[in-house]
Amino acid sequence: MTSRPDVTAAPTAEAGARPPDLGARVRGALGSLVVPALAMLTALVIGALVIILSDPGFLANVGRDPVAALSAGIGSVAAAYGGLIGGSVGSPRAWSETLLQATPLILTGLAVALSFRAGLFNIGAEGQLYMGAATSVYAGFALTGLPAFVHLPVAVLAGIAGGALWGFIPGLLKARTGAHEVIVTIMLNYVAYRFVDWLLNQPFYQREGRDDQISRFVAESAELPRFVEGFRTHWGLALAIAAAVFVSWLLFRSTKGFEFRAVGLNPAAARYAGMSIGGTLILALAISGGLAGLAGASEMLGSNHTLTPGFSPGWGFDAIALALLGGSRPLGVVFAALLFGGLRAGATPMQAATGIPIDLVVVIQALVIMFIAAPALVRGIFRIRAERRIGSEVFTKGWGA
Amino acid sequence: MKLELRGITKGFPGVVANDGVDLVVRPGEIHALLGENGAGKSTLMNVLYGLYQPDAGQILLDDRPVSFRDPGDAIAAGIGMVHQHFMLIPVFTVTENVMLGTESVRTPIGLLHQADARRRIVELSDRHGLRVDPDARVEDLPVGVRQRVEIIKTLYRRSNILVLDEPTAVLTPQEIEDLFAVMRSLAKAGTSIIFITHKLNEVQEVADRITVLRRGRVVGTTTPAESDESSLARMMVGRPVQLQVAKEQPKPAEAVLEISGLRVLDDRGHVAVRDLDLTVRAGEIVAIAGVQGNGQTELVEAVTGLRPLEAGEVRIAGEAIRPDPRRIFAAGVAHVPEDRMEEGLVPGFTCAENLILNSYYLRPFADGLTLKRDAIVATCRELVGEYDIRTPSVFNDVANLSGGNQQKVIVAREFSRPLKLLVAAQPTRGLDVGSIEYIHRRIVEKRDEGTAVLIVSTELEEVLSLGDRIAVMYQGVIVDVLDPSEATPERLGLLMGGAHPEELTPEEVAAAVPASA
Repeated sequence: MTSRPDVTAAPTAEAGARPPDLGARVRGALGSLVVPALAMLTALVIGALVIILSDPGFLANVGRDPVAALSAGIGSVAAAYGGLIGGSVGSPRAWSETLLQATPLILTGLAVALSFRAGLFNIGAEGQLYMGAATSVYAGFALTGLPAFVHLPVAVLAGIAGGALWGFIPGLLKARTGAHEVIVTIMLNYVAYRFVDWLLNQPFYQREGRDDQISRFVAESAELPRFVEGFRTHWGLALAIAAAVFVSWLLFRSTKGFEFRAVGLNPAAARYAGMSIGGTLILALAISGGLAGLAGASEMLGSNHTLTPGFSPGWGFDAIALALLGGSRPLGVVFAALLFGGLRAGATPMQAATGIPIDLVVVIQALVIMFIAAPALVRGIFRIRAERRIGSEVFTKGWGA
Repeated sequence: MKLELRGITKGFPGVVANDGVDLVVRPGEIHALLGENGAGKSTLMNVLYGLYQPDAGQILLDDRPVSFRDPGDAIAAGIGMVHQHFMLIPVFTVTENVMLGTESVRTPIGLLHQADARRRIVELSDRHGLRVDPDARVEDLPVGVRQRVEIIKTLYRRSNILVLDEPTAVLTPQEIEDLFAVMRSLAKAGTSIIFITHKLNEVQEVADRITVLRRGRVVGTTTPAESDESSLARMMVGRPVQLQVAKEQPKPAEAVLEISGLRVLDDRGHVAVRDLDLTVRAGEIVAIAGVQGNGQTELVEAVTGLRPLEAGEVRIAGEAIRPDPRRIFAAGVAHVPEDRMEEGLVPGFTCAENLILNSYYLRPFADGLTLKRDAIVATCRELVGEYDIRTPSVFNDVANLSGGNQQKVIVAREFSRPLKLLVAAQPTRGLDVGSIEYIHRRIVEKRDEGTAVLIVSTELEEVLSLGDRIAVMYQGVIVDVLDPSEATPERLGLLMGGAHPEELTPEEVAAAVPASA
């Protein structure tokens, strides 16, 4: 006997004769923001406790004068969060930094969200990002004499291709042999790191006259220009937004996306309906890899203009959290990336102003991930009913698949 | 023991699953609880078993009010439940399974006292005709015997009230007769039995009294003598129901499905279908009867392109098929799969998305890579209307529909185009009388339009009422093909159990007829 209520679907009052209108869609979107917002709030509260408990003023005085100690602690929290907010949205420059940080996060977040939709857990966005960076930089310096309107697209496409190849491999292995994509993508991350290390020691790639691992400069004709000189945000952001629109179309308005989602939700029914499971997995992982590769290309062509090992602070891994936070919806991922981008952008000013280490931001991010991955926890704390979220299911049960 | 439920009310957000339900089960009585899916039978039993707390109402045992916080309380009070899905550990022996949870331990070193348990099991199985080997491993036992183990488990825990949840769904006709004999023996010994079912003939055969639930309320309580199948169906559904499929004589035309020498392997690589020959002609329904797991699943999968052919040939409209579901779909073959939620539908997709699950890439639903929302929605609205799918809108998640409506989504999708061949596996499994009637009518309509129809069912009634020819499948082989006029339930039952047709003498067939009939 099932524990499900044994009842027929209750006829609801508003027998929906029309597609969900704008109001309903906005309400739906807001509803799906409840858990992430509460997760963020909870994470900030716990982050505040961490600040208080690690505050030297608080620790020194807590025995003698708890009230003063507490107020000192709260003062630290206010200073830290004030610094964080000021550094992320407090000025035009802060906004620019937030958007700059958000750009690769949007792209890698989309990559992982897309894989979640197809029931795949792409942990290899980081490696795909490195491969995309390596190929786009190569296209950026090896091709010369091209006008920018040719060279730049070629370099961007090279980045997408590099990442797509790195996604295609685990897809092919999964489709052909059943090799679990989690394992293969993790391993391919290391292969990508070492490949970049090797590449940076090759004469055709290494900058002339340098012994350390650094590539040649990307030609100016392959650079993604800044929007406004003096602010670091560049056209990579526009590519990221365009990618979000593309992924949204792909998932919800195209036949391929229909296949991705069908395979992700019920592979047996997808097979019954005549879809090719293997082909769908391969395509989904290749596109996912391509998006991560685009993140690498955008970073190389827009910000760094040269490849170095370890240039990514883990965008490909933050992406998993972003996909969860955004409910594997492209718009959700964009907002989640802006949030994490803001945290990253504000962290350095916060440390400079208050001495509270940047690591606090990592703690907050980790807590957000934890609360999203365990929605029951948030539901329990705030006593709300949560809806199904695509992604967290893959996250929590996908290991045996 | 006497059980009384008084005014049980249990609501869930948006619905009242039980609304003031009164039920009295007398000592030693077999009390059938009859109702469509969603009528509230399972909720009521979950309340009785301590899985749900009622919002209002009382449970009385021998006129004393009791309350159960969890199943442990209910078991301690003498209530035993045999679930539809057995709660047994396959690698354990019968004795180990029966002991589980109530192990007697030999102190002081904590060894299990299996001998005691074994002795009691043998004693219980002798007393009630529950033939079972206490040392057999459960995974080696057929379904009917596993069910006996479940019953022994409840008796072992000294249950006085036994709840059987749809116990006949998985059994052969002979196993059903055995089960009924056990039920009668238990009732005679004083055990009260609640028998949950939606099969009217079984109720008539075995129940002492019958309570019918509809939409969470008791419609009435009656006895087999005071009612018949059509009056019970009317009580269940709330309107008169056509129990017999109304159909004309078939007009078979050219052969559409030709299977010759077919050999198919199952997932583990064992031969599941063995050198099978079968022809289905346009305008006829061939029904395959058989106990689950005799190769029907693999046969259907081979015909619909989901499973490679190991040997032999399958021709549809003269053309040999390749294992490619999409090409077979395009050739005019519809497939109603055995398991709705596993294969037929994508839970998490809307009704509309499920209605185009295998045609999403075709015009007018797609133009190149782009899905055409307006065309999809318009077509799906029409289908929802035409097939009477009860859903708030085509944008609702199909997982939230009732089983009958989910099946209608599949039927709408598969039937709403010109067909040469219709393959339907267990088309009405788990559905209520109203939905069964509806789906049977649609299948007969398709036949009359000149479609060749292949039905696979474990329900004898369905096979007998739908089939223009009846093929019995046993261990991957079609043992006999019968005309409905010569196919009695007894004969079919014996064939399904593995008897050879040529060995069946009239005496044997007569002997298989239960004494009670």
